[in-house]
Amino acid sequence: MSTARRADREMSPADAPPRANSVLDLVGNTPLVDVTAMGEGLSPKVKLYAKLEGFNPGGSVKDRAALWMMRHGVETGELGEGKTVLDSTSGNTGIALAMIGAAMGYPVTLVLPDNVSQERKRIIQAFGAGIIYSSGLEGSDGAILKCREIVESDPDRYFKPDQYFNANNPQAHFDSTGPEIWTATGGLVSHLVAGIGTSGTIMGTGRYLKTMNPGVQVVAAEPEDALHGLEGLKHMESSIVPGIYHENELDRKIPIPTEDAYDWCYKMGEKLGIVVGQSAGAALHASLEVAGDVDDGVIVMIFPDFGDRYLSTNLWHGWLEWAKHRQERSG
Amino acid sequence: MPVQVRIPTPLRKLTGGSEEVSAAADTVGNLVEELERQYAGIKDRLCDEEGQVRRFVNIYVNGDDIRFLSNLDTSVKDGDEVSIVPAIAGG
Repeated sequence: MSTARRADREMSPADAPPRANSVLDLVGNTPLVDVTAMGEGLSPKVKLYAKLEGFNPGGSVKDRAALWMMRHGVETGELGEGKTVLDSTSGNTGIALAMIGAAMGYPVTLVLPDNVSQERKRIIQAFGAGIIYSSGLEGSDGAILKCREIVESDPDRYFKPDQYFNANNPQAHFDSTGPEIWTATGGLVSHLVAGIGTSGTIMGTGRYLKTMNPGVQVVAAEPEDALHGLEGLKHMESSIVPGIYHENELDRKIPIPTEDAYDWCYKMGEKLGIVVGQSAGAALHASLEVAGDVDDGVIVMIFPDFGDRYLSTNLWHGWLEWAKHRQERSG
Repeated sequence: MPVQVRIPTPLRKLTGGSEEVSAAADTVGNLVEELERQYAGIKDRLCDEEGQVRRFVNIYVNGDDIRFLSNLDTSVKDGDEVSIVPAIAGG
């Protein structure tokens, strides 16, 4: 018999997840977890919660946007028999589209920069999707342009969800992420903090929360510089600006140095037992900045995915030596 | 024929829009110094305050990551192709 202490669970059997008919039914309803312990010297009336989007079946927040865009395509007839789903993506959206395409029965082809992580390429292939590579030097903008060329060469063949310009991307978050946060916090959420990639998450979630309470502050975490290592996030000034992005709906933007976001990922693994991707590290960095400025509040941040998706990348490569070095230097 | 250096989009502002530039050097470290002489500000983007290559910047010599070679001491010679590849951005 094991002598290990059994962990107390707050969940009652009645809250246990139901049986699902399809993986598509498992998208959303992700948990909020208390990460207040990551802050030091905060007002005792400040609470920090992270929404763990890695619990989606495709492993990221992108399942939501992908599902909404695909369903909308089917409803309008743009996606049907004989069509191939084609889009440009830096990874998580590709994984989501590949998963949903497999579950719905549509072939999927994705245009990816050739420097995306091995894990991502393999997962996409595991869902049976095809990959076309664009130059890593051109980043995600290179993939966007290459994808446009392919669609223009044979427009009738493809359904392009176009996450950067598709209103169903933010709508997914207006319909699901926003209400989930509102319910989980009992309407007490005071701040939403999220990184900007396509901006779908922050636009849709922020819009919903502001309709429920116009006082909710919507704060974006943005890479500090055009050259950055925050995979999944976009430095807007130097990028093709997504059509769904409306900067005037943000209350604040916080620039994030890549190294700081990485450090938060390492600290969270050791302190909370939560290993996340770098965009989550960026969200925590921004949230702590917000938290330091307020006396009370319920700050909810989005953690787009877990860290195991990046094990072969710069985030985790040589991280122990790096973390030790940084610690020594900061004394 | 000096070393050819492929520049990623976010750094092309510094190179006047050039996708590829050339510089003479015998190591990657010297190459970075030479690039800095030609395009002021570029070293700061590639290296941290201790002079080491930033964690999220990948430099390849003829397709091989210098982290698995000798980092900034990796030797280069005329005709080599060096690529600076950042992490990818956007959803």
